[in-house]
Amino acid sequence: MKKILLALFAYFILSNSSYALIEVDITRGNLDPLPIAVSPLHVDTKSEQDDNIKVKELGNDISAIIEKNFRNTGLFNPLKKDAFVQKPDIAHLKPRFEDWRLIKAQALVTGKLLVKDGKLKVEFRLWDLTAAQEMTALAFTTTPSNWRRVAHIISDKIYERLTGEEGYFDTRIIYVSETGLKSERIKKLAIMDQDGANTKYLTLGNELVLTPRFNPTNQMVTYLSYFRNMPRVYLLDIETGVQEVVGNFPGMTFAPRFSPDGKKIIMSFAKDGNSDIYTMDLETRVVERITNHSSIDTSPSFSPDGKYIVFNSDRSGLQQIYVMRSDGSNVKRITFGKGIYGTPVWSPRGDLIAFTKVRKGRFFIGVMRVDGTGERLLTENFYQEAPSWSPNGRVLVFYRETKAGSKGEGFSASLWSIDITGYNERKLKTKTDASDPSWSSLLSK
Amino acid sequence: MTKSLIYSIIFHSVMILLTVLSLPFMIREPVDLPPIVSVELIQISDKTNIPFAPKARKIIEETKKKEEERVVSEQAPPAAKAKEKPDRIPLPDEDKEKKQIVKKKQNPEEIEPQIRQSSEFEKKEIVDTNQIAALIDKAKEEEAVKRDKVDKLTQSSVKNSFATGLTLSEEDALRAQIFGCWSVPLGLPYDEDLLVRIKLQLKKDGTIMKSEILDHQRMNKPGQKFYKVLAESALRAVRLCQPLKVPPTGYEKWKDIQLNFNPTEMLKG
Repeated sequence: MKKILLALFAYFILSNSSYALIEVDITRGNLDPLPIAVSPLHVDTKSEQDDNIKVKELGNDISAIIEKNFRNTGLFNPLKKDAFVQKPDIAHLKPRFEDWRLIKAQALVTGKLLVKDGKLKVEFRLWDLTAAQEMTALAFTTTPSNWRRVAHIISDKIYERLTGEEGYFDTRIIYVSETGLKSERIKKLAIMDQDGANTKYLTLGNELVLTPRFNPTNQMVTYLSYFRNMPRVYLLDIETGVQEVVGNFPGMTFAPRFSPDGKKIIMSFAKDGNSDIYTMDLETRVVERITNHSSIDTSPSFSPDGKYIVFNSDRSGLQQIYVMRSDGSNVKRITFGKGIYGTPVWSPRGDLIAFTKVRKGRFFIGVMRVDGTGERLLTENFYQEAPSWSPNGRVLVFYRETKAGSKGEGFSASLWSIDITGYNERKLKTKTDASDPSWSSLLSK
Repeated sequence: MTKSLIYSIIFHSVMILLTVLSLPFMIREPVDLPPIVSVELIQISDKTNIPFAPKARKIIEETKKKEEERVVSEQAPPAAKAKEKPDRIPLPDEDKEKKQIVKKKQNPEEIEPQIRQSSEFEKKEIVDTNQIAALIDKAKEEEAVKRDKVDKLTQSSVKNSFATGLTLSEEDALRAQIFGCWSVPLGLPYDEDLLVRIKLQLKKDGTIMKSEILDHQRMNKPGQKFYKVLAESALRAVRLCQPLKVPPTGYEKWKDIQLNFNPTEMLKG
């Protein structure tokens, strides 16, 4: 009897194994931007008038900014509003999913706003149309004049929910605004929202300003300015407008940059005719020498964990990129390609280093892994350099110059952005010519 | 009277015993069919695209392994024969497998001895219960190995034609359909383990009755944002693709299907 049972058991198991679950591996997909519908925000009828903004238009204006942000990422395809069939107020309560699916949308953004007692209250919902369910819903209250920021914050929240990484819309870009003839350029420090709105000038243009860089932890900026032909490193608090000189450095000083914790500045300057890398503690003002080599070491940038520094050096003959520990030990060359490499910047995500490469008279912006492998050149042009990372490490902003004629005519400088995939190259709108951009961290963090 | 009653009881109990013993192995018939399906698969693999060739080879190897096991269990006594084979044919595994199968296909008559063998095997198996115990152990081992594989979250690149129930071209069609529906979230890190396994229950027309993410508890863990995004994108893809391109026949085999979404290669660029 036991043996019969064994036989039956054997049969049962064997027959089961022969009908195992079918498995299919999906290793590819499409790279088309995700179709998303951004419904205009419904303006609550109880809203009061505001002197400074058109409340009635606000629903459309906010959704337009969200749409523009999404389109600029290259990852989303905001659908045309003409095709929308549901009114904003009803859509926000309970969208008819089948109607939205008809226009091939996969996600839907709805919202409503109320202006009352001098406060603006905005709420939004993000819907997954294929699953017919809400993905996220948030509300913000602020002063009405802050409506653009609210639009950017909503964009960030949706971006994060759909891609898994932080957004970069509620950010600003600082750059050097340039006007005048090429030989007599007036250079001012300027700041704008990442979408080009709200441009402000931070210096008057009397002195040459160079290489502004954001503090990754707050809204402080360090930059280089010439005072009586001597380069000085400045600190500027954008919120208060307070400026201070960090120090006078003899000889040439280049590219000051903050450490990831914002407590130090790292830069290179020439002492005794030799350019090396130094750090300065902002509290104690103690300067520490990091490299000590007879070659020219410049353009240092910390890794986000602060343990390593990437920099340029010509110690092997041509200018190449090197990585070392933050105390200056264990220097390792990471680029071996043909051409000259410069302006390395460590991604805030820590996985890549962006750089400028010059080869056969052409300029490239590229990225590579932190060990120098996987070099990818993203864009090529007559002259372009100084990449700066978006706070999520997904997009680079850099500047490009056009070729000037013999008298300097036809010369222009402009800001551009590109995705690390190498797609989605875009020119940023600036009021004047612009160079040397630096991207801030998220303002709302 | 009593005598005939005893005869009747003995006769009936013998009949019942025989029925009970032989029944499971009569039902086992379909289990022997798979090798024929595998012949079909190899023919198709010759036609399909190059990228799937390594996969096809793995399947062939797996089929061969299974068949070797089968040979051992079916032709238990002539152990010498089994030994002879490798000595006689020192060809690479796939060639050997192809040769065998092509032979089978070209001469359908030759299938007959195989059937006879299996009936011999039935007899042997009924008598030799030790072998059954061994089979149970083996089956358990196989189960354990399978479970191990799943636990390690490795992709099931090794698939058996008669285990999957889909031919390579059917699998290709389904895969190509989902490729088109799946918008891969491009911000995902390429160096993380981001395999999403979705189990689907399908209707006969290929629409989805039920979908389930196999590691759904991982979705709500902190620090697994990317996994959640990927899982959601995969779910969107299968829902968008409805009805899935499934074969017109064999519903029982594919009504439960598992899709393994792995964007690593794409993200590496």
